[in-house]
Amino acid sequence: MAEDLQAAGFGLYVHWPFCQAKCPYCDFNSHVSATVDQSRWQAALLRNLEVEAARIGPRRLDTIFFGGGTPSLMDPALVGAVIDAATSHFAPAEDIEITLEANPTSVEAGRFRGYAAAGVNRISMGVQALNDADLKALGRLHSAAEARAAFDIARGLFDRVSFDLIYARQNQTRDAWRTELGEALTMAVDHLSLYQLTIEDGTRFGDLHARGRLRGLPPDTLSADMYHDTQDICAAAGLPAYEVSNHARPGAESRHNLIYWRYGDYLGIGPGAHGRLSAGGTRRAEAALRAPGAWLDAVESTGRAVADEMELSPEDCADEYLMMAMRLREGVELDRLDALRGAPLDDRVLRDLEEMGFIGRSNARLWATDTGRPVLNAILRELMLDRVA
Amino acid sequence: MTELSQIRNFSIVAHIDHGKSTLADRLIQSTGTVQDREMKEQLLDSMDIERERGITIKAQTVRIDYRAADGQDYVLNLIDTPGHVDFAYEVSRSMKAVEGSLLVVDASQGVEAQTLANVYQAIEADHEIVPVLNKIDLPAAEPERVKEQIEDVIGIDASDAVEISAKTGLGIGDVLEAIVTRLPAPKGNADAPLKAMLVDSWYDAYLGVVVLVRVMDGVLKKSDRIRMMQTGAVYPVDRVGVFKPGMLPVDRLGPGELGFLTASIKQVRDTRVGDTITHEKKGAETPLPGFQPAQPVVFCGLFPVDSAEFEDLRDAIEKLALNDASFSYEMETSAALGFGFRCGFLGLLHLEVIRDRLEREYGIDLITTAPSVIYHVYKTDGTMIEMHNPADMPEAVHVDRIEEPRIKATILVPDDYLGDVLKLCQDRRGIQLDLTYAGSRAMVVYDLPLNEVVFDFYDRLKSVTKGYASFDYQMIGYAQDQLVKMQILVNDEPVDALSVMVHRARAEARGRVMCAKLKELIPQHMFKIPIQAAIGGRIIARETISALRKDVTAKCYGGDVTRKKKLLEKQKAGKKKMRQFGRVEIPQSAFINALKMDE
Repeated sequence: MAEDLQAAGFGLYVHWPFCQAKCPYCDFNSHVSATVDQSRWQAALLRNLEVEAARIGPRRLDTIFFGGGTPSLMDPALVGAVIDAATSHFAPAEDIEITLEANPTSVEAGRFRGYAAAGVNRISMGVQALNDADLKALGRLHSAAEARAAFDIARGLFDRVSFDLIYARQNQTRDAWRTELGEALTMAVDHLSLYQLTIEDGTRFGDLHARGRLRGLPPDTLSADMYHDTQDICAAAGLPAYEVSNHARPGAESRHNLIYWRYGDYLGIGPGAHGRLSAGGTRRAEAALRAPGAWLDAVESTGRAVADEMELSPEDCADEYLMMAMRLREGVELDRLDALRGAPLDDRVLRDLEEMGFIGRSNARLWATDTGRPVLNAILRELMLDRVA
Repeated sequence: MTELSQIRNFSIVAHIDHGKSTLADRLIQSTGTVQDREMKEQLLDSMDIERERGITIKAQTVRIDYRAADGQDYVLNLIDTPGHVDFAYEVSRSMKAVEGSLLVVDASQGVEAQTLANVYQAIEADHEIVPVLNKIDLPAAEPERVKEQIEDVIGIDASDAVEISAKTGLGIGDVLEAIVTRLPAPKGNADAPLKAMLVDSWYDAYLGVVVLVRVMDGVLKKSDRIRMMQTGAVYPVDRVGVFKPGMLPVDRLGPGELGFLTASIKQVRDTRVGDTITHEKKGAETPLPGFQPAQPVVFCGLFPVDSAEFEDLRDAIEKLALNDASFSYEMETSAALGFGFRCGFLGLLHLEVIRDRLEREYGIDLITTAPSVIYHVYKTDGTMIEMHNPADMPEAVHVDRIEEPRIKATILVPDDYLGDVLKLCQDRRGIQLDLTYAGSRAMVVYDLPLNEVVFDFYDRLKSVTKGYASFDYQMIGYAQDQLVKMQILVNDEPVDALSVMVHRARAEARGRVMCAKLKELIPQHMFKIPIQAAIGGRIIARETISALRKDVTAKCYGGDVTRKKKLLEKQKAGKKKMRQFGRVEIPQSAFINALKMDE
């Protein structure tokens, strides 16, 4: 492979698989457990990290991201221990970004100081909605007031704070969302993740939907309108979209997530965590065992908990890169893509998409336009490689 | 050879789940025709498609030796007949090959539509009918009510119906006795010239073409030289035999007997159902009455979804055609669909069976174009063309008039549903010829254009009558009408494969339905797609598929890459199952489903 696969950076993802309650829309690897033996988990995470780090060899570590589940249920000491271990196994970048996902309850806000002391410098809060009725419908355990209070605490402790909102919710009007988004933008936030509610199989909402019992979901035309409103309102407020669902003041983008979208390398630690790691001109995809108990047992006995591990072909890498990087406003680097694909994209298809206004291109880059991003999957289906069934 | 008086030939008429196969199995088993250890469930079922659709396409037969209560030995020949209006002619020949029927009715369910349709065919063939109430052991069995129903609905005496449980074997002996005592022995003359009816035929990998025959007069022996009276072909007979149910060679078949012959016949195409087989020398002078040549009445184009599979399709069609004389084909090219075949069928079920077999047995994904009948297009220059593909329609200025085939349709229906049936026939441009009552059921006779019937008439009829109607038809000739070619334009491009001939007065309604259907069947694209129905240059109906506005994954992070990429790959593969028309991708199922009219 001609391109330098390691050029897009290196991040560490740590998955904490536990939640206090399972949200009805969430299809992430999360589990509700009455008691979690934090010291046992700490030992296992550190062991897993040590074994994987030894396997990978020296790398400069650009970012760490604690995701879940609900990582704000972790003891600050555990978080600190993982950060210390990671930055001793890998040489940390001078400006290393360390993010922790947090639920905005008062209990969790109480731990924020500890996380800051442990080295976390960015918080991503799962606010999800700014009114109590909708928070309840989304299965969240916090109130809007609690979320605002937690935000203010975080704001005082961390350099960078982001929060998530879910929109295109049941029975949500276009006006209600515009108002809610406006309120969010009055908060001193420098990054927002704004996700349209997606009904996933295997979730409570998914089951209800399959049985025709989930009412009030917006039709595609309404959610498309809401998407465009979101782009306009955020751009006007100085937080343009840099990715399909992510908005930031210039410079405040999530560097960890940019590694995914720019198709850099990342190591995943914890149940169900995925990794993409390149070495010697090839790239591997890895996934850990999803069940917390099985993961724990495997790591305690062998130091690793691999469920899936495979070398990716250059064509696989090309499609993955295309799929991820086209989510970004900056798009893909054509030289890098062509080197992976082994051939340029079909110019006829590109011209067609360009004429319809879905993509833009320069000599060096190809990107989805504001019109194209909401139909990105259709664009990707046109551009991905044909495969023999 | 068996004495005529010792032979009983019969069929079993039953609704699908009422126990026909189980009863047949029990009759075969209890008479020791098959040893218990060789017994498999449902001996008479064969093709997958038959089993799935609950229809029989090929006639099958089994010979049962039975010593009756009177101490005499009898030969009982059971014939399993096809059961669908597309094969009405084949059914009528099978029915003519036997003298009686067992009418099997589930004692807990009562008479159902399929029973009706088949029992009328038995009545038509002058059968003696013995009612048999099955599943009499079920707690829900209501034999007296069902007997009354048989008398009311079908109009035959059910007072001495045989009560059985095919499952437990209860009453099987009574059925055998009823066959012997209540069904008539066949008639015939062993000394007369040979007359054997060709009931059905199929290809056997070891024996070549096997012909199922019923000897009416004379004697058929191995080494005889026989002549097919319709085709004139002469063959030396290799073997004659009977089915027990495996093939068992015998020396000869005499009058009243059912059996098979093989005669180095290479292709099933060379045999004609209903033909009369006689001896080459000193043969019969007149054939048996009722022969009709197989006549395809429904035509459609079959194209491979993947144009690279054309040669595979050609091989598959040629192989299927060898085994099915009623199926015709010729090569066709379409601007939009490339190379394919124009195929002729006995009816829509026949079309679907052939298409299913091509897809399943040969693994070819097909696009089926709109079914059509044969139109007589009289041109202004005085010539006439037989047109079964709207693509061949001459320019309107060159057309003087168009005639279309019409049928006489006979529908039997409980009078509760009569109004719906009359409306359906009226909607399909029918002219009522007759309406009579027999008990609580009506018999309506309509003169209908075949083009209104070929597509979904039978399905609609079943649907509006909850399955309680039976339907039969015969061709009665051609008549002129105001017929026009309606084109469908997708994104302003005409799609030939969707062109249909319609009556001018029905064109607009039909066009609206088709456009609305296509709007549902064609997925949203990245641009809006107008769908129009047009006659000549005039647009008569229009729908628009709006452009896709939202199709994006909201969250896609490091852990989502593998899964989301697989999903997109799967969707991309799905696109390959569609056919590209200009910039629009049309799913293969759209071609046939666009024509269905859910009135």
